[in-house]
Amino acid sequence: MENSFLQWLAQPELTHYLMLGAMLFCIGITLVLTRRNVIMVLMGIELILNSANINFIAFSRYSVITLDGHLTALFLIILAAAEAAVALAIVLNIYNRFKTIDIDEISLLKG
Amino acid sequence: MLQLSLLILLIPFAGFLILIFFGKRLPRQGDWLGTSFLGITLLMSVFLLISKIASIPGDTLSYSFSWVIIGNPDAGGFSVDLGVMIDNLTVVMLVVVMLVSFLVHLFSIGYMKDDPRYSRYFSYLGLFTFSMTGIVLTDNLLMMYIFWELVGISSYLLIGFWYEKKSASNAANKAFIVNRIGDAGMFIGIMILFIHFSTFSFDAIFSGIQAGDLPFQSTAWLTAAGILIFCGAVGKSAQFPLHVWLPDAMEGPTPVSALIHAATMVAAGGYLIARMFPILTAEALLVIAYIGAITALIAATIALTQHDIKKILAYSTISQLGYMVMALGVGAFTAGFMHLVTHAAFKAGLFLGAGSVIFAMHHALHQKHDHKTDAQDLRNMGGLKSRMPLTYWTFLIFTLAISGVPLTSGFLSKDEILAGTLAFSSLNGHYLLPVIGFVVAGLTAFYMFRLFILTFHGKHADESRVSDLKESPFTMTIPLMILAGLSTFVFYSFNPFAASGGWFFSAIERPLSLVPEALQPASAEVFAQAVSALHTPALILSIIIAGAGIFGAVWVYQWKKTSAVQISEKFGALYRGSFNKWYFDEMYQAVFINGTFIITKVLRWFDETIVDGIVNGAAYVFERFSVVNRWFDEHIIDGLVNLTALGTGVLGKVLRKLQTGKIQHYLAFVVLGMLVFYFIII
Repeated sequence: MENSFLQWLAQPELTHYLMLGAMLFCIGITLVLTRRNVIMVLMGIELILNSANINFIAFSRYSVITLDGHLTALFLIILAAAEAAVALAIVLNIYNRFKTIDIDEISLLKG
Repeated sequence: MLQLSLLILLIPFAGFLILIFFGKRLPRQGDWLGTSFLGITLLMSVFLLISKIASIPGDTLSYSFSWVIIGNPDAGGFSVDLGVMIDNLTVVMLVVVMLVSFLVHLFSIGYMKDDPRYSRYFSYLGLFTFSMTGIVLTDNLLMMYIFWELVGISSYLLIGFWYEKKSASNAANKAFIVNRIGDAGMFIGIMILFIHFSTFSFDAIFSGIQAGDLPFQSTAWLTAAGILIFCGAVGKSAQFPLHVWLPDAMEGPTPVSALIHAATMVAAGGYLIARMFPILTAEALLVIAYIGAITALIAATIALTQHDIKKILAYSTISQLGYMVMALGVGAFTAGFMHLVTHAAFKAGLFLGAGSVIFAMHHALHQKHDHKTDAQDLRNMGGLKSRMPLTYWTFLIFTLAISGVPLTSGFLSKDEILAGTLAFSSLNGHYLLPVIGFVVAGLTAFYMFRLFILTFHGKHADESRVSDLKESPFTMTIPLMILAGLSTFVFYSFNPFAASGGWFFSAIERPLSLVPEALQPASAEVFAQAVSALHTPALILSIIIAGAGIFGAVWVYQWKKTSAVQISEKFGALYRGSFNKWYFDEMYQAVFINGTFIITKVLRWFDETIVDGIVNGAAYVFERFSVVNRWFDEHIIDGLVNLTALGTGVLGKVLRKLQTGKIQHYLAFVVLGMLVFYFIII
């Protein structure tokens, strides 16, 4: 069994990458849902984006021989950079306004 | 000539339009305009008369055009034509209408002075003249009917001219409504002819009947159509039993009475009979003759006892109209129509003379600030001879003319009528007609001289008034003098004892009867022979009877040999009957008006109990139903709506808890939702 697991690990294919993406996604979700710190939440979002990136690249590599997946991944990286810039600006503003970046303290949306 | 006749028709209408819209802004309120327009048309119609009679006496000119075309006239459809027709009857009648109308315009300038609606008065006169001309000129029954109603409305407007007086507006209504009764008959008669012939034209209907094409192929229908059309004449000419409106119509200004209710409009009935004469059957003519005779007798007996100068003249008009109608009925066509013309002159004169007297009386009473004394009551007059010489002498001529004294126009025509009735009875029996004719002649002479003597002779009722009484202005006396001239014999015949040689008798000939042989009255030749055989006895008898009537009046009222009061007491019941107009008004009141009231009461009861009951019952049922409906609405429908709202509210309260405001919770819901979605789909 161990041998076969190691063998499976040693011969990377599509499933491996998908597993990696899923793991990264779960970590990201966990970060987003559990951390109080806005910065950590943002980091979780980055992880989710990157898990998606891995999926794109993996599908692109293993199924159809085009560059669509790569391109989308490149776009996503740019998007993530832009998102981080905007998000950090928002975080700064939140801090200026509430003097905290604890997400639980900021509950103006409460119905 | 046709163009000229159209001008004669339209000029008075133009006068009406100008005066009704701009009358108040014209200098003198436009009286000169109406009067001069009528002067022009008078000249035109005199020219028309002379040129027609002198050059083409036998011809009938006519012009017509299609007004409305319904369907294809060749196949089942018909066209409604308008047109004018000129024959001798037309031109004579035109001159009569225009002359009297012109003189009345002239007279009114003085009489109506200071009236607040002076210009409106003249515009109404113009409207009347236009409508009357239309009746005279028309060549079809439809236009006849239209203008018939137009004279009716102008008569209505002028009777009610002083509508501030309740009695005047009532009289106007009465005249209009009573006339409508006759007109309804006339309309049915016209429609009988129209349904069969699909045309209104006299010419087409006459030639159809001549060809033996009777309405519904039945002689009874032809007689009925004749009598029904005569109903129109009964209304307009105030014949029994529709004569009650004319005396009340005296509420209008006196010149109007002279124009409309003595000379022209009421004579339109005679004109209508004369127009329809060719298609009247012997039976229809007999009905006409008897209606005329009854009217003449009733009106003459009423006129004996009245006190109001205009009422007496009104009854005398009715009586004379009865004469005309009787003459046309017995077949004395020319005599009847001639009486229409001569009567128009002397009766217009009598009315204008009475107007002059009333004007003077009114003025005198006004000077003394006496507004209680009736200016029209004979008992307040007397002794006006010296104060109003012109009125006196002209009035004398008119009175002689209406009484049938030789050398006057009235004598000529009345004598011919009496000879005609005698001839009729010698041919057909019916001895009542000449008897009534002669009796009425005597009564006419009596009551006219009674009126004359009580007005002008003796002493004035109130001496203090005498100095204020004075002759009327010349615009009022000139018409009187013209009409007095026209009441002499020379204008109608150069022989003062027989009209039959004059131009009038040669111009106006009795038309041939076109109805089937068996239904024709005695032919014109046979009738003329009978008349000429009986002319001399009729002449002598009528002179004697008129003389007796005049003598009686002079005996009682001038010489006072017998007291009028004693006579009236002797004939108590008859006197009261006559004084109260044989209770016609009361009878109509009791039968028709109260009858209508009773019917309306019954109908009202029916309405209030049955019809209203049904309506109210239906309303009650609906009201109950709506209560149920409301309960259903409030509890079931509203309940459902409220339940929905409540449910939504509760749900909202529950779901509200989820809105924590913490983004991470929302994100968790998103992830959860995604997962749920994912598992459902797989």
